[in-house]
Amino acid sequence: MALLEVNGITKVFGGLTAVENVEFKVNQGEIVSIIGPNGAGKTTIYNMLTGVYKVDGGTIEFDGKKIHNRPPREIVKAGIARTFQNIRLFPTMRVIENVLVGEHINVNYNFLDLLFKTPKYRREEKAAAQRAIDLLESLELGDQIDNYAKNLPYGMQRKLEIARALATKAKLIILDEPAAGMNPQESEELMEFIRSLRDRGETILLIEHDMNVVMNISDRIYVIDHGRKIAEGLPKEIAKNPEVVKAYLGSGGAAGAKKDA
Amino acid sequence: MILEQILNGIMLGMVYALIAVGYSLVFGILRLLNMAHGAIYAFGAHMALLIVSMNFGLPAAFVFAILTTGILSVAMDRIILAPLRAKNAPNITALISVMGVSYIIQNMLMIVFDSTKKTFPKLFDFGNVEIFGVTLTSTQISMFLIALAFLALLTFIVNFTKVGLAMRASRENPKAANMMGIDVRKIVTFTFFISGMCAAVAGVLVSGYYQMVYSTMGTEAGLKGFSAAVLGGIGMLHGSVIGGVIIGIAESLAVTFLGGSFRSATAYIVLFIVLLIRPSGLFGKDNVEKV
Amino acid sequence: MGKLTAAYDKFVDFLLKYKKIILPLFLMVLVLVPIVIPDQYVIRVLCLIGIYCMLTLSLNLIAGYMGQTSMGHAALYMMGAYFSGLLGSKFGWPFWITLIFGIIGGAIGGLILGLATMKLSASYLAVITLAFGEVMEAVVLNWTSVTNGPLGVRNIPRPNLFGWELTPTNGGFYWLMLVLVIVAVLVSKSVVESKFGRAVRAIKEDELAAKLMGVHTAAYKVKTIVLSGAMAGMAGAFYASMNRYIDAATFSFDISMTILCIVIFGGLGSIPGMIVGSTILIAFPEVLRSFADYRYVVYGLLLILMMRFRPQGLLGGLSRRPYKLPAGVVRPGEKTDGDEGKQVK
Repeated sequence: MALLEVNGITKVFGGLTAVENVEFKVNQGEIVSIIGPNGAGKTTIYNMLTGVYKVDGGTIEFDGKKIHNRPPREIVKAGIARTFQNIRLFPTMRVIENVLVGEHINVNYNFLDLLFKTPKYRREEKAAAQRAIDLLESLELGDQIDNYAKNLPYGMQRKLEIARALATKAKLIILDEPAAGMNPQESEELMEFIRSLRDRGETILLIEHDMNVVMNISDRIYVIDHGRKIAEGLPKEIAKNPEVVKAYLGSGGAAGAKKDA
Repeated sequence: MILEQILNGIMLGMVYALIAVGYSLVFGILRLLNMAHGAIYAFGAHMALLIVSMNFGLPAAFVFAILTTGILSVAMDRIILAPLRAKNAPNITALISVMGVSYIIQNMLMIVFDSTKKTFPKLFDFGNVEIFGVTLTSTQISMFLIALAFLALLTFIVNFTKVGLAMRASRENPKAANMMGIDVRKIVTFTFFISGMCAAVAGVLVSGYYQMVYSTMGTEAGLKGFSAAVLGGIGMLHGSVIGGVIIGIAESLAVTFLGGSFRSATAYIVLFIVLLIRPSGLFGKDNVEKV
Repeated sequence: MGKLTAAYDKFVDFLLKYKKIILPLFLMVLVLVPIVIPDQYVIRVLCLIGIYCMLTLSLNLIAGYMGQTSMGHAALYMMGAYFSGLLGSKFGWPFWITLIFGIIGGAIGGLILGLATMKLSASYLAVITLAFGEVMEAVVLNWTSVTNGPLGVRNIPRPNLFGWELTPTNGGFYWLMLVLVIVAVLVSKSVVESKFGRAVRAIKEDELAAKLMGVHTAAYKVKTIVLSGAMAGMAGAFYASMNRYIDAATFSFDISMTILCIVIFGGLGSIPGMIVGSTILIAFPEVLRSFADYRYVVYGLLLILMMRFRPQGLLGGLSRRPYKLPAGVVRPGEKTDGDEGKQVK
């Protein structure tokens, strides 16, 4: 069974159907992308997946459990973590603290433990800090742990946001337009980085507007337009799909599909 | 009995509305809770007292209070708040600064006018008037009418004049307003003047009603006007007026049915309940966060 | 101005560097004060400073770390004082028991506030706390059968330690104050350095992002306000017993404002800032007593100048020192194998 199975989810905003009967799935160890022109409903799907919005129909199953309409923290505990289109780090917290907040659900002690600094508290805090450092080092952010998140250059902030998501020990990482605001070279590097995450065994769902960005790294692609799924398949199939080309050209999207085909 | 209390409440509520509007105007344009408003109100009352005690009469006192209080309010903005805005300082710094101003004004009043309660002449006293079988004093009615006149004037300025349009535009989006050629600085100055004027008028009216002026009079009135503003949805002018009237009525009913010691608490009990049900106030806009 | 602040920063860095020596020395001096200066007035002012240390540390949890403003903090202080004072005065319970009830009283106030505001955005807490403060004052004034109304509560017992009555004159109260302030400091420190503190700070920085990292934001907000209430309640219980008399007017809106001003003056989110801030701003009007009326004018000016030139407060702002890792964790880039002499702290 797939890690994530989305069956016919629908979202209605005041009579307007933003997402209609969309289904897709993500298997363990894959990079799957959901693409579509601006306003296609990608972000709505994404917010339903992470519990920010309730679904008005359909189901979302993750790791064998139904997770739709659960509060965000339960979804995080189930194993889905996300990043944000417009980076949302904790800007005046240190790099390592950002990751430690990501570890929040994996640090187990209660209020009395912290008040009296019990051995359990010390053990857990030490382990958490060590995990955070190991994670940051593996992402080449090891020399930045003392820095404040807001002081990092843009590319590193992206990486840190991903690190924070990884720290939750998520089984699935959802990235919302990670290449937004990057030049082609930076976004190429970022995609390389995402591929390396997949190679370490992470499962990644990418939500992206620009299909060129995801073409080379996706195992499978779903295309959404006007709240509906209009195509799915391997990257090269998607690139040739006339529906997709129409959707992108028709909406005046900057990212022409044919260019890459 | 109830009708009488409701009418009494409306009379007083109009003054709360006037104070509340002062908060709302500034909040609307700067997102600042002007916690010095109460002290500015007390300042206005004292300025009027100065003129009255020199026997120049109430109308002159009104004019003098409005001018000096308006200038004080503008000076506070230009000297203390404008530099903070220029530095893009966080909102809390402005809040603390106006608290500092509040301390200064209130204590200067105490030093110059001493801290005793001083008598203030009754407002336009010409006997009682009967409306719907309820007897109201002329003081109450003139207080009501003057407050109403000022609120009407304000509504006219904000809704039907060029400067009002600029105020509304600056409230919606200061940056865009600036680009459209509106001098937002001037608008802010104007807003502070108007806000100070409201405080002064309210200060004189309340002083005339209770026939009393004292240096710490602004604390309670300020909090009440603030509550009225929040109750109606701060930043919304009509909300502030209705908030003020609701608090006036609630207060006057509470005094009758629960006892005098409930006077000052009523405003906050009403506020507390309303905020729990409608966090943005009666007419406030909900802010929905986008992801 | 720039030079001045730079020199000041250097001075602070110096103090931090030799913290391990300066702090115990400073504490020793503090403990000796009632013996060296047995002046009632000085002791009373110092106890007042201690009370404000507790109150500002309490508000700092909400304002400094969670990023919300409370304009009715005196209400929590009052609840602590009344819970403790009434039990002591009416039933003659010993201070140590009523202290616990004072803490619980403050916590209950915090719970009410927390539950009322947990779903609301930050700016509403300010207004709700303001209203709460005024409502609580009204409750105390009108619920005469229990609270004695405007007459206040009299004859609140003094603490008794194995037969020794603690009074402001024999120094006992002062030492009790020191102990309570240290408790408040340690609790604040423990909370801030734990996952609790990180979660709360994350809420301040970006509530939605915190929520999507699995932080139960509403629960943490309530917990923080309850904890803050408990700390304010502790200060209240202490005050009630020190003054032996309390009434509603003692816990006015002005007190709430003073607490808030000190927190910002000292530096949001800085524990030493609360202590230094309380010391300066509470001692200041006392020192200036000869200028009588002008002291609050100066106080106001001080706040304005502070906001203009050092908005992060005396000791606030981002630390420039390395992050303190738990003992035994290896900092990246530092060797560990075979290099035992160079332990990382």
